[in-house]
Amino acid sequence: MNVELYERMWMWGASALLLLFVGAIFVTAGVYAIHPPSHVETVDPEALATSPEFGNPAVTVQPDGSVVVTVVASLFSFSPDPIEVPADRPVTFRLTSADVLHGFQIVGTNGNAMVVPGYVSQFTMTFHEPGEYLIVCNEYCGLMHHGMLGKLIVRKESK
Amino acid sequence: MSGRHSLTGAHVGVAIAAFAVASALGVLQAMSLADIGFPHRDESLYYIILTAHGVLMALVFTTFFIMGLGYALAQESLGRITGRRVAWVGFWLAAAGSVAAAVTILMGKSTVLYTFYPPLQAHPVFYIGATLLVVGSWLWGGVMLASYRSWRRENPGRPVPLSMHGILATVVIWYLATAGLAAEVLGMLIPWSLGMVPKIDPLVARTLFWWFGHPLVYFWLLPAYVLWYTVLPQVAGGKLFSDRLARLAFILFVLLSTPVGFHHQFEDPGISAGWKLAHTVATYAVMFPSFMTAFTVIASLEVAGRRKGAKGLFDWIPRLPWGDPVFAAIALAMIGFAFGGFGGAINAAYAMNSMVHNTAWIQAHLHVTLGTTVVLSFMGATYWLLPRMLGRELRFRGLARVQPYLWFLGMVIFSTSYHVAGLRGLPRRIYSATLTGEYPQWHGLAVLAATGAVLLFLSALSFVTVTFATWIGGRKAPAPAFEFAVPLRPAVAGLWDRFGLWTVVAVVLVAVAYAYPLIHLLMQPRYPSGPYQPF
Repeated sequence: MNVELYERMWMWGASALLLLFVGAIFVTAGVYAIHPPSHVETVDPEALATSPEFGNPAVTVQPDGSVVVTVVASLFSFSPDPIEVPADRPVTFRLTSADVLHGFQIVGTNGNAMVVPGYVSQFTMTFHEPGEYLIVCNEYCGLMHHGMLGKLIVRKESK
Repeated sequence: MSGRHSLTGAHVGVAIAAFAVASALGVLQAMSLADIGFPHRDESLYYIILTAHGVLMALVFTTFFIMGLGYALAQESLGRITGRRVAWVGFWLAAAGSVAAAVTILMGKSTVLYTFYPPLQAHPVFYIGATLLVVGSWLWGGVMLASYRSWRRENPGRPVPLSMHGILATVVIWYLATAGLAAEVLGMLIPWSLGMVPKIDPLVARTLFWWFGHPLVYFWLLPAYVLWYTVLPQVAGGKLFSDRLARLAFILFVLLSTPVGFHHQFEDPGISAGWKLAHTVATYAVMFPSFMTAFTVIASLEVAGRRKGAKGLFDWIPRLPWGDPVFAAIALAMIGFAFGGFGGAINAAYAMNSMVHNTAWIQAHLHVTLGTTVVLSFMGATYWLLPRMLGRELRFRGLARVQPYLWFLGMVIFSTSYHVAGLRGLPRRIYSATLTGEYPQWHGLAVLAATGAVLLFLSALSFVTVTFATWIGGRKAPAPAFEFAVPLRPAVAGLWDRFGLWTVVAVVLVAVAYAYPLIHLLMQPRYPSGPYQPF
């Protein structure tokens, strides 16, 4: 196919740019293990009350010192609320919904996950800045969707 | 209107009526989000008009306009519409379905937004109406294919006119896309809403929705590209820079626009990281034909400027007909897409999506892509079609001349505000940005966005006024010819015209992208959901 020189240059340039973008994503994913929350696990949304983990959603400290937060989202609140976690320690959020789709977004951070009934969403992050963070539901869930808010408190641990 | 273009007239008329209603609702949404009071403002009204705005703009306006444009292009570039009766059946099915769905929305019985994710449940008539709209569009696709085959029999060995090449690509993408939607709506949502099936899996439904949801974007965008390649250079007085590369671009869209849906589901559970990464790669690949389009179209405009005597590096730009509403609208649409494209590259950036997912950034992105690139292209197309179709001159030409610029300005304000607000964490689709009390910077940006929305509404009003006034009272004049840009080198038929072959390859790519993840989803122990109506 006969293609003009300038157009060939443009196409090579565009290819290089796109390869750079994809390359950056592969490096951050492969080398630094930065992924979107992609946990695969199912749970019965009608049996959450009797589930050992989601029956009483709470913040727990594991034997290795890491922190696990289980959260149940339901129309129109998060439980537990507020969530209190220590600063500078890996915190793993495990989330599910008791009813419809919800979102779980910790404003001002990269914490952002869809919460789907029947499934467990999971992501891990470390908070370095102590203080109060706003949690919002960012997936439309019904008439009071905009009022579905929560609070995350990050405390500096006394040594 | 001459009988030749009665199909186009009917479809474009419905499209613009839907657009008129939806733009009035849009300005109310932006005001609500900014806490600007108006009569009857409350939560329920907000979510009802949010649903209506999305359905009328993204599904009704676009589908009807594209069908109407397809009929005009088939008539003018192939000299025929094969199957007019089927086409009218399609029109009435789609119109009846759209009205039925709109009525259940306005009655407050289907407040599920245009993404209608279960287990929120709408009235069965909402799903059935949406199905009729899609069935109508399938008939349209059939008429496009039949017209092409009829033309092909009479013109063996000749390349199909480029405008129809783009429409055929649009039709193939639409069939690939709506296969996923049909599986979701016919296989899950309709039986569930009628109570025949008690429970459905929300994640399977979401996955099928986004199988449809991203190629939907290319169903909107490709007809705009057809206008950029075949109408814009002609209106500007230039020639199409490369016919071959335009055809290659359309084929690349056929191949790559569907196996990308997981980039809408990056934050979802239940889909493993590897498959999300695979769809990420395809998402970046599908940006390539857009880069090609940018070069070819801008080079074609440079040809136009040079033919008008431009000599320097950039002096061809002011020589383009910026005062012509057809040219201005479509050229501004392209400028909008430069921003929309790079915003899309950010959304698609895998882990970086966490920064923007479901924030106001997303509605800002959709409004620079669909709301600017596609809408302005279709406004320009309306100004191009009306005199040719009706044999009438545009009325209020001054208003028509200003209107695209007003739209662009309004969108710059609207979309920049929401992009920034989204980066600061403002979630999308909420009744008010100030309820939390903790984020006063959201309020200022929401007020700014509402200002942009008012400008957009004024521009929409101008567009509808010009269209309506021309239709009923434009001065009778000989209809100008439908002329398409001539390529610099004559078109020859080649590999990129073999739609059968490329459709097979595209189906294989969709199967590779979706078969394993869907089977994996279906094989694990699952706990489907019953219906909820919290509105």
